[in-house]
Amino acid sequence: MAEMRFRDALREALREELIRDPRVFLMGEDIGLYGGSYAVTKGLLDEFGPERVLDTPIAESGIVGAGIGAAMGGLRPMVELMTINFSFLALDQIVNSAAKLYYMSNGQINVPMVIRMASGGGSQLAATHSHSLEGLYAHFPGIKVVCPSNPADAKGLLKRAFRDDNTVVFIEHTALYSMKGEVPDDPEFTIEFGKANILREGKDVTIIGYSGSVWQASRAATMLESQEGISAEVIDLRTLRPLDIDTVIASVKKTNRAVIVEDDWKFGGFAGELSAQIMERAFDWLDAPVARVCGKDVPMPYNRNLEFAALPSEEDVVDAVLAML
Amino acid sequence: MAASPAAEAGEHLDGFNRDQLSLFLYQMVLIRRFEEKCGEMYTKGKIRGFLHLYTGQEACAVGALNALAPHDKIVTHYRDHGHAIARGLHPNAVMAELYGKVDGCSGGRGGSMHLYDASLGFLGGYAIVAAHLPLAVGLGLAAKMQKTDGLALCIFGDGGVGEGEFHEALNLAVLWQTPVVFFCENNLYGMGVPFGASLSTEIPKLAAAYNMPAVSVDGMDVLAVHRATQEAVAHCRAGKGPYFIEAMTYRYRGHSMADPELYRLKDEIEAAKRRDAIEHLKADMTLAGWLDDAAYEEVAARAERVVEEAVAFAEASPEPGLATLHDRITKEPANG
Repeated sequence: MAEMRFRDALREALREELIRDPRVFLMGEDIGLYGGSYAVTKGLLDEFGPERVLDTPIAESGIVGAGIGAAMGGLRPMVELMTINFSFLALDQIVNSAAKLYYMSNGQINVPMVIRMASGGGSQLAATHSHSLEGLYAHFPGIKVVCPSNPADAKGLLKRAFRDDNTVVFIEHTALYSMKGEVPDDPEFTIEFGKANILREGKDVTIIGYSGSVWQASRAATMLESQEGISAEVIDLRTLRPLDIDTVIASVKKTNRAVIVEDDWKFGGFAGELSAQIMERAFDWLDAPVARVCGKDVPMPYNRNLEFAALPSEEDVVDAVLAML
Repeated sequence: MAASPAAEAGEHLDGFNRDQLSLFLYQMVLIRRFEEKCGEMYTKGKIRGFLHLYTGQEACAVGALNALAPHDKIVTHYRDHGHAIARGLHPNAVMAELYGKVDGCSGGRGGSMHLYDASLGFLGGYAIVAAHLPLAVGLGLAAKMQKTDGLALCIFGDGGVGEGEFHEALNLAVLWQTPVVFFCENNLYGMGVPFGASLSTEIPKLAAAYNMPAVSVDGMDVLAVHRATQEAVAHCRAGKGPYFIEAMTYRYRGHSMADPELYRLKDEIEAAKRRDAIEHLKADMTLAGWLDDAAYEEVAARAERVVEEAVAFAEASPEPGLATLHDRITKEPANG
């Protein structure tokens, strides 16, 4: 174990996978000379050379498409898009090609590719650079969606992504890049997809988050315990597709209450999906309607106070729990 | 003294032998007959969805695909039956796919616009216009990084030229010097919009602007298409990066079976048919003494038999089981 930041844990995963598998290569906007817009790939160009760390033009659709082709041709590419908001320019490639080729070709063609992108608000980058769209990608069958919440998971899940035979959309919350944590240094350390992490056990309510929202959930649980004597169980989903619904259902059957926390917009979002699944499978165990604490239904404003108001906070989570007890 | 017609044909056939041209002729006749049969089966309700027929453009598929090696990869557009057959997909598997049957080349999951046979390097028809151009760059990049002399043939239509991905892909291919033959079948219409109304310049000029060799050839002449593609393939195999071919062609049928063809006159179609690729090759081969009426009748009869057999095969093939609906959405170790 070594203590390192989230971004360094990601870099370690990339390094180890580049060393482990000669088919792995990285490409993306400013990942080489510049070192990555969030410094995740810093130093990798020097270490692995321009054949395995490719700086690309700003052409999201082109480079994701080239990644798909390279994967079809037998390689294991990772494509970095600076932010999830830019991934819209590559949405057709991700949805119509990467996600569908395996099914449409009846299993003849698969696309083993990792697409990394940053998401999340809190840095006053305004509406085109601040949204969380994990739930959008979770909508599409055929791809996997990974949203780590801490350095160890970041490394273990990213390493696992390179070993998957499908396209993995790997989403990193910008607020987490500098977070420190203990990270295993075993090069074979990976975390299986579809296994949620029970961060904290509790008996009165289940609070579910992923990516950055795990920490609002976690802080809220601490506040609930110290201020109200309420015991909250906190679940980090880790991956939205595949979704570990069994762990969520088992927890809700124990606590009889569920609150879902996410930065994304509430309307039509992933929290709605998860809420419906809980209702379908644990209706008789619920003592209150499932609550959703989500981003406000607005394009993200620049102003600091307005941005803060648009994002879910731990106080919002506490309020939601108190309202259902 | 003017050259005799036979001598002119001889010059035109320079570098080709009889067996090769007999193959080209057979493949073009087979594709045409196959497409005509598809149209017929569509009107009978046996084939559903969108059906884009390739009739008239046969010289492009046959000329281009026959210039490739077995380890090369192909991605193409949604008017893809001709390319599939020219690459060697069995007409039975293609027809069964159009029928949506389990023995189709995509197991009945893809249909007309999404034909695949990975074992032949035939990696798909793509029905989002120009979406496969970046994929071809990636396939070329993989060949290059794996240090093979393989290449990607990327076939698309003039309608794809307006898409941003066309430009992104051409730029990337040249930047990375990837072995990709960009092959544009210019059939003069993007659905119903005349080519001149959708592009402000000429297609090869765009490719040349990205610093790759670009030629325009007569896409109704299988020999010209074949020669140009051979040149492009040699360029790619020599590690010189991508190459661009525009083949001027014409589709005899509408954009799809749903097309009432309000945008062009019958005269124009008849004029194109006077340049018909099959008739063109027949005439050349006849003048060279490599074909007579009886031999052509044999070619036509053979194609007819193969197409009839494909229909029978597709009719007999089972429907995919409903229990398979959720199979192979993602590739997992268990489903290998």
